[in-house]
Amino acid sequence: MNVIVCVKQVPGTNEVKMNKETNTIIREGAEAIINPFDTYAVEEGVRIKEQTGGKATVISMGIPSVAELLRQTIAVGIDEAVLLSDRAFAGSDSLATSYALSKGINKIGDFDLVICGKQAMDGDTAQVGPGLAEKLGIPHTTYVRKIEEIRKGYIRCQRMTEDGYEVIEMPLPAVITVVKEINEPRLPSLKGMMKAKKAEIRIMTADDIGADKDLCGLKGSPTQVVETFVPVHDVNSEMIEGTPGEQVKRLAEKLLSMKFMTVK
Amino acid sequence: MNYFLTEEQQMIKDLAAKIADEKIKPVALKYDEEGIFPRDIVKVLADSDLFGVYIPEEYGGFGGGIFEMALVVEELSRACGGIALAYAGTGLGTYPIILFGTEEQKAKYLPDIAQGKKLAAFGLTEANAGSDAAGIQTTAKADGDEYILNGTKQWITNGGEAEVYTVIACTDRSKGARGFSAFIVEKGTPGFSFGKKENKMGIRASVTSELVFEDCRIPRENLLAREGMGFLVAMKTLDRTRPGVASQALGIAQGAFDEALKYSGERVQFDKPISSFQAIQHMLADMAIQIEAARCLVYQTCRHIDGGAKSISKESAISKVFASDTAMKVTVDAVQVMGGYGYMKEYPVEKMMRDAKITQIYEGTNQIQRNVIALELIKSQKVSK
Amino acid sequence: MSGIRIIEESCIGCRLCVKACPFGAIRMDGRKAVILDNCTLCGICVPACKFNAIDYEKGPVSNAVDITKYSGVWIFAEQKNGVPEPISYELLGAGRKLADDRKTRLTAVVIGDKLSDACEKLIAYGADEVMAVEDGSLAVYNDESYSDIFVQMIRKGRPEILLMGATTYGRSLAPRIASRINTGLTADCTRLEIDPADGKLLQTRPAFGGNLMATIICPNHRPQMATVRHKVMKPLEPDYSRKGLVTRPEVSIPRETSVKVREVVKTIFEMVSLAEADVIVSGGRGLGAPENFKLINELAEVLGGAVGASRATVDAGWIEYNHQVGQTGQTVGPHVYFACGISGAVQHLAGMSSSDIIVAINKNPDAPIFKVATFGIVGDAMEILPLLIKEFKAALG
Ligand SMILES: Cc1cc2nc3c(=O)[nH]c(=O)nc-3n(C[C@H](O)[C@H](O)[C@H](O)COP(=O)(O)OP(=O)(O)OC[C@H]3O[C@@H](n4cnc5c(N)ncnc54)[C@H](O)[C@@H]3O)c2cc1C
Ligand SMILES: Cc1cc2nc3c(=O)[nH]c(=O)nc-3n(C[C@H](O)[C@H](O)[C@H](O)COP(=O)(O)OP(=O)(O)OC[C@H]3O[C@@H](n4cnc5c(N)ncnc54)[C@H](O)[C@@H]3O)c2cc1C
Ligand code: SF4
Ligand code: SF4
Repeated sequence: MNVIVCVKQVPGTNEVKMNKETNTIIREGAEAIINPFDTYAVEEGVRIKEQTGGKATVISMGIPSVAELLRQTIAVGIDEAVLLSDRAFAGSDSLATSYALSKGINKIGDFDLVICGKQAMDGDTAQVGPGLAEKLGIPHTTYVRKIEEIRKGYIRCQRMTEDGYEVIEMPLPAVITVVKEINEPRLPSLKGMMKAKKAEIRIMTADDIGADKDLCGLKGSPTQVVETFVPVHDVNSEMIEGTPGEQVKRLAEKLLSMKFMTVK
Repeated sequence: MNYFLTEEQQMIKDLAAKIADEKIKPVALKYDEEGIFPRDIVKVLADSDLFGVYIPEEYGGFGGGIFEMALVVEELSRACGGIALAYAGTGLGTYPIILFGTEEQKAKYLPDIAQGKKLAAFGLTEANAGSDAAGIQTTAKADGDEYILNGTKQWITNGGEAEVYTVIACTDRSKGARGFSAFIVEKGTPGFSFGKKENKMGIRASVTSELVFEDCRIPRENLLAREGMGFLVAMKTLDRTRPGVASQALGIAQGAFDEALKYSGERVQFDKPISSFQAIQHMLADMAIQIEAARCLVYQTCRHIDGGAKSISKESAISKVFASDTAMKVTVDAVQVMGGYGYMKEYPVEKMMRDAKITQIYEGTNQIQRNVIALELIKSQKVSK
Repeated sequence: MSGIRIIEESCIGCRLCVKACPFGAIRMDGRKAVILDNCTLCGICVPACKFNAIDYEKGPVSNAVDITKYSGVWIFAEQKNGVPEPISYELLGAGRKLADDRKTRLTAVVIGDKLSDACEKLIAYGADEVMAVEDGSLAVYNDESYSDIFVQMIRKGRPEILLMGATTYGRSLAPRIASRINTGLTADCTRLEIDPADGKLLQTRPAFGGNLMATIICPNHRPQMATVRHKVMKPLEPDYSRKGLVTRPEVSIPRETSVKVREVVKTIFEMVSLAEADVIVSGGRGLGAPENFKLINELAEVLGGAVGASRATVDAGWIEYNHQVGQTGQTVGPHVYFACGISGAVQHLAGMSSSDIIVAINKNPDAPIFKVATFGIVGDAMEILPLLIKEFKAALG
């Protein structure tokens, strides 16, 4: 079974912090990482490939340096990495991203399943998976926490919901987005790392994948960021002192006086 | 500092560091407290191919040497010196086969060890033979195509968990240390069992057990090198693996230093982080100085050994003594920097202090190492005269 | 050609843009800012520059529509077993205001089975019209049939604004629809306003794990779609005397879907879900052992709240992943959040710092959780929790 995994580069988690005084974002190091949710997607892709035979490919849309990051996925078992990189893609919102990825995936061709992360740590929209499925004209299921069965043309999986899960069947090819619960990503192996070092990362432009540039990047993006600001949480922290008994009494008094509980 | 590691060595170190941080750190405290053997970590190390770094390529390894092994041990020990010992102890048990094994012996044992399918152990010490290894009582009697082993080995790292044991026994008592021979004994051989498991001060995630041989018959082809070469096998092995202990010490020291440094910036007393007090600053500086010196020495010693040098006893002894004394001092100071919190089990440094101690004791106590160093010095003095 | 450029004459070298760019794509070259190759054209730096020194040309967008042909505000009313979910009322509250500002109608779209009660309620909560699609096959949410039906309705009804809940279903359905009709979709909004100048919808949302707020518009495409976070929009007081229209739009309901929901399994049996809860009691490593979560459960029960957990406890297998709060878990915003034995790693804070009141209980006085806490207690959660349970039991009867 051939699996394609979508992977996004995001700024390292701790790099985006806020500076309370100047009300701006401060970056430290600005090291880029693979979107954490996508590591679960990669692991699931590799497992499916190992169990069913076939090939696992990663695809990413991003700046040229993302190619180096994609090597990490080869070190954990991905067979091939494809990077869509072109100035024409810059400024994509989730719609334009979905479009470009769908073109790239069709170019790679011959796939049974596309796996995305639940959401990206930076944009945080969780929209690319379903948007991509639509552009590919295939079904999707979000928040998959377990694949119960997968075979040619068929998948049965569990989607996480607010109070449990649903068991969903789909024909393949299809798109799933995965949550952290689905697996525990393996660490790279030395052999994998050696392979990754030598691997060739295929870089494709908008023309290579036959994308209509009007539908890519800024031009293809209906949404537009007009303002950004750092949220300020004014916290007046109050430490409650005393013996445990006193602390609890005082806390309860304060909370109850604020009528915090809407009686149900 | 640029340690001039090759690209492969850097990769090995980075990979081991990742495993240490992501897999070992979260469980180190629990495994220590409950004395759990780290089977799960062994699996992770196996999947990562790290068991093979020092094993020749012909046998499924990466063809590195003691340096590659030391880099792994250092990084793992940064997170837990005890868990790291499952790996390092396997190195100690495997080296006799790498150094003295026949083609058949290597082909039979090394591939499984390289893949992490089998762990190894090294059995020399006995109740009455510690520093004085020449005092061992375990015997191996030739009987046709077999040897019959009798006796008890004490305090054997990985005892009971390993599948492959290299054991030193006496084949000819009349010849003293020249009557020793080395054997490969597989777990499950009739007459081979495991005695009591020790309850230790530190490295509690490592298992230390007795090996009990009662008319244990092993095939003649399990003899390593030749009869009478057992003591040499043991000494040559230990000369090579001592930088492994040194790197374990180095890793423990580094781990304790990292904790102390971090804590010193967070802990506020007298309205200032304690790192603003000169007394703390100097302690931290001294720790850094010693660790850096130890690392340079250990790395250089490894390169010396892997480079094929003939005389390595003194060098490997020096690296072991220096690094283990450093680990002891640094961990004690790390507890001091962290004050009462450092003494509590919520923070890892009290454990590191307990773990550090063993590095001054095993694979030859630091006193014995100093004897070796001094002896070599005197010998070289005589030669040059 | 669309792109971004620093207007050198205007740039005074104040570095504001450098600090604003989350991708590290601006560098100072002497006294002038320069944009590097790794710029993603996200546009964040543009409003950050107070000197209009960043020229950001969007160029003509494709697939633009005649926006004058669209009117009305729609909300997707999620329901379960014929009962609207709380988010539906919140959307009506938000939608009512937008519709009034735009002087247009507010319509609730509800898809399911046996919906007459739901229709009544949706009107009471502010809808001018309810478009209900009822069919036995639609009782349980299905991505394929729901999106097919919805798209038919949008194509016919042409709303200018469409709001959905940022729920599991909403965040699956909305992007599928937006992708099919090629319009913009803003995710997980916490504020919605009409720009008085041009009537556009200003959609504000958190990104970067809550560290940055972005206001987003969709100027040339319709409908302007947004998913809206739980519990931020206020529902109206229900008024059952309100009059409204219930219509049954003519749509073709897919007879056979390729996506099939085989089973719906509940694993969380608390009264309220994390996302909906007014009170959340969360436990962390400081509880010491998995069995101590029973104290968390007990307090949550006394307060009618939900149970949360830190990543460390989920990773250690103490509690199920559905309970995890934080960057890789759920984002929550209750009135009161109890963090018991949680140190407060940034990733955890990202998921709960918008709670109205945060109570932190931790042994370590230096734990970062105290930095965001409204009330802090330095102490052992295992000692404090039983006392709290007793205290609240007594107070609340
Ligand atoms: C502050 C800010 C706010 C934004 N708000 C919106 C908004 O409201 N609506 C909107 O449409 N866009 C928005 N964007 C743009 C959005 O971030 C980009 O479109 C981005 O390319 C994809 O969206 P995402 O990051 O949210 O990914 P998600 O949809 O959250 O990503 C889900 C999964 O899709 C896959 N994926 C996503 N991007 C890529 C990629 N480039 N290559 C390969 N796989 C990928 C990954 O598997 C990922 O785990 C915003 C950007 C910023 C900086
Ligand atoms: C946790 C642990 C794991 C071990 N793992 C293994 C293993 O895997 N395989 C194995 O074979 N052995 C192993 N050992 C044994 C270890 O190598 C011995 O403990 C060590 O060699 C010291 O021997 P001893 O404990 O009998 O001390 P002793 O020899 O009794 O020494 C006691 C003290 O006397 C000093 N001393 C002794 N002789 C002299 C001398 N000539 N000059 C100066 N001082 C002297 C020593 O330095 C020490 O301070 C392990 C031990 C421990 C504690
Ligand atoms: S914010 Fe504007 S003026 Fe300031 S450095 Fe950047 S481009 Fe120049
Ligand atoms: S558009 Fe975005 S990525 Fe480019 S420089 Fe501005 S803030 Fe940075």
